Amino acid sequence: MPPLLEVDDLQVHFFIDEGTVRAVDGVSFSLEQGKTLGIVGESGSGKSVIGQAILRIVPSPGQIVNGRILLQVDEKENLQQQTLDLVTIDPRGALARSIRGSDISMIFQEPMNSFSPVHTVGSQIMEALLIHSDVSKAEARNQAIEMLHRVGIPQPENRIDAYPHQLSGGMRQRAMIAMALVCRPRVLIADEPTTALDVTVQAQILALLKELQEEFGMAIIFISHNLGVISDISDDVLVVYFGRVMEQAPVKDIFDYPLHPYTQALLRSVPGIDTPVRTELATIEGTLPDPLAYIVGCPFYGRCTECGGDSVCRDQPYELTKVSPEHFVACPRMCIKL
Amino acid sequence: MIAYIIRRILIMIPTLIAISIISFIIIQLPPGDFLTTYVSQLSASGETVDQAELEALKERFGLDEPLYKQYLKWAMNFLQGDFGHSFEWNKPVSELIGERLSLTVIISICTILFTWAISLPIGIYSAVRQYSWMDYFLTVIGFIGLATPNFLFALVMLWVSYAYLGLSIGGLFSPEYAEAPWSFAKVFDLFKHLWIPVVIVGTSHTAKFIRIIRGNLLDELRKPYVTTARAKGLSETHLILKYPVRVAINPLVSTIGWTLPELVSGIAITAVVLNLPTTGPLLLSALLSQDMQLAGTFIMLLSSLTVVGTLLSDILLAWVDPRIRFGAREGL
Ligand SMILES: Nc1ncnc2c1ncn2[C@@H]1O[C@H](COP(=O)(O)OP(=O)(O)O)[C@@H](O)[C@H]1O
Ligand SMILES: [Mg+2]
Repeated sequence: MPPLLEVDDLQVHFFIDEGTVRAVDGVSFSLEQGKTLGIVGESGSGKSVIGQAILRIVPSPGQIVNGRILLQVDEKENLQQQTLDLVTIDPRGALARSIRGSDISMIFQEPMNSFSPVHTVGSQIMEALLIHSDVSKAEARNQAIEMLHRVGIPQPENRIDAYPHQLSGGMRQRAMIAMALVCRPRVLIADEPTTALDVTVQAQILALLKELQEEFGMAIIFISHNLGVISDISDDVLVVYFGRVMEQAPVKDIFDYPLHPYTQALLRSVPGIDTPVRTELATIEGTLPDPLAYIVGCPFYGRCTECGGDSVCRDQPYELTKVSPEHFVACPRMCIKL
Repeated sequence: MIAYIIRRILIMIPTLIAISIISFIIIQLPPGDFLTTYVSQLSASGETVDQAELEALKERFGLDEPLYKQYLKWAMNFLQGDFGHSFEWNKPVSELIGERLSLTVIISICTILFTWAISLPIGIYSAVRQYSWMDYFLTVIGFIGLATPNFLFALVMLWVSYAYLGLSIGGLFSPEYAEAPWSFAKVFDLFKHLWIPVVIVGTSHTAKFIRIIRGNLLDELRKPYVTTARAKGLSETHLILKYPVRVAINPLVSTIGWTLPELVSGIAITAVVLNLPTTGPLLLSALLSQDMQLAGTFIMLLSSLTVVGTLLSDILLAWVDPRIRFGAREGL
């Protein structure tokens, strides 16, 4: 049976006046029903754009220039095939809109700005239901209250009429989750949903997501720049850098046998439970390459402490290589040795 | 909400009292009281002054009493709709300004409606299609509208319609209706004339509004909640009108109050050029001839109008924006 969602050699480029930003440059992965894929990488790596591409809401001047996004769909009216390539459908058309928010939904980093400030939380949750199913307003309201209750918001029958600014950050993110899940999507894309929250609330939200995943059985794409958070929730991990996959493996392998120097550097920057409070965390020296640059070899070249400026790393064309059945890495030094 | 409105109305009272004191001071400003002016005017034109009438007027305005008592008397009369006497026209002020004030208000309201009706769709279009050739085109037109003084625009309109269309567009009524009592035909005739001052006065405002709506909406379109709405499966048109436009026009709602005085003074100059029977020309002549009771009444009424307008737009803003209604600070 084919996976629920399969992304194959996805390329999303932004064509701006100064040149081309290769925000996503050949990313592939697949996602099974009920599983969680963690996407990790520094800010600016192209994580959000991957999510936008799957929903077909990449803002202009961005374009999907290559690749396939295959989604297994239930029978929809006038749609015969079981597998739908989202890249080929009209992003503004009725089909794309019927998938958005219903089959695939998304939650965002900023729980404050992700709600309209002048509409009640409840009306924004009910809206999703009213778009995708033909329920009455009263029924939609009941389901929204139910969902708010489910995500752990106290007194949901009162809070449903609250405006976003009347809720705390954690409550707002819970409401956001309620809005995303109210139509029971099969895929949830969570784009840094805990980044703006403090640590205790962050842990609560992660626990809630895992709980809801168990109950509803949806697959999750969990995006974060924090490997610690990713390790908590993911089954598989995709380490992205400069729009490319650096390493892909089950979460255990990423932590036990990280192969790419970039993954190793990310791991060093995560505080562990046993890290003494005042230990200085390692940060990765340097910054991402110029987004307009076209880099043939390893994009981490120049920041990498392992290769020490080996010209092979600079010139060897990028390639993701299989090192074990489920473990892939794109480090030229390692791949040549293999 | 109710508490908010009551609080705002209470705050209005001291403001209105302050305005009335200023208006009263303005009435008192010319040397001597206005009766001396009146008497000297009459004798200058060779008429005799009726002593009994003088006494009656003195009695009515309490001119022999101390100033604060005169003020109280004036204010009480004002509240009861007795605005005093115009010596220039030798008529009660209320009789003089009643119709003109309503015409001014009608023009102002029509201008506000015109401004919104034109600028809202154009502003939205320019923001959504930023940097399209249509956006540039509308921007250029807008700047021309913004840069053209009303009186010049009025003169051009007068000349064009007279020279090329053979129409005389001055005034608000055709000659046969000017003195006629109000009827359906007269209202219809009014609307046939009304669009000219409305367009003239409204153009610069429309241009300004387009710029504001475009700018606000461009900011809002980038906000995450727009992406959220899109990710929910809303259609593009629907979501833009429902979310960012709604937020983008909030600040404009609050400007309705202070556009009122701006409109009234904008209309004044246009009205002189177009010979409109509104308050502007009358106010101007009252000031020129030191017809102070008339002028003071105008100042008082127009200022009150502004205060009331501000109140209305504050209430409107609280009504459309829950963050204000519930006293929130942004970015909490
Ligand atoms: N609307 C846009 N216009 C131009 N470039 C963009 C736009 N959105 C994203 N990008 C570019 O795409 C790259 C990846 O961005 P993003 O996916 O937001 O990173 P991440 O989510 O990993 O922090 C960045 O280099 C960014 O400059
Ligand atoms: Mg991001």
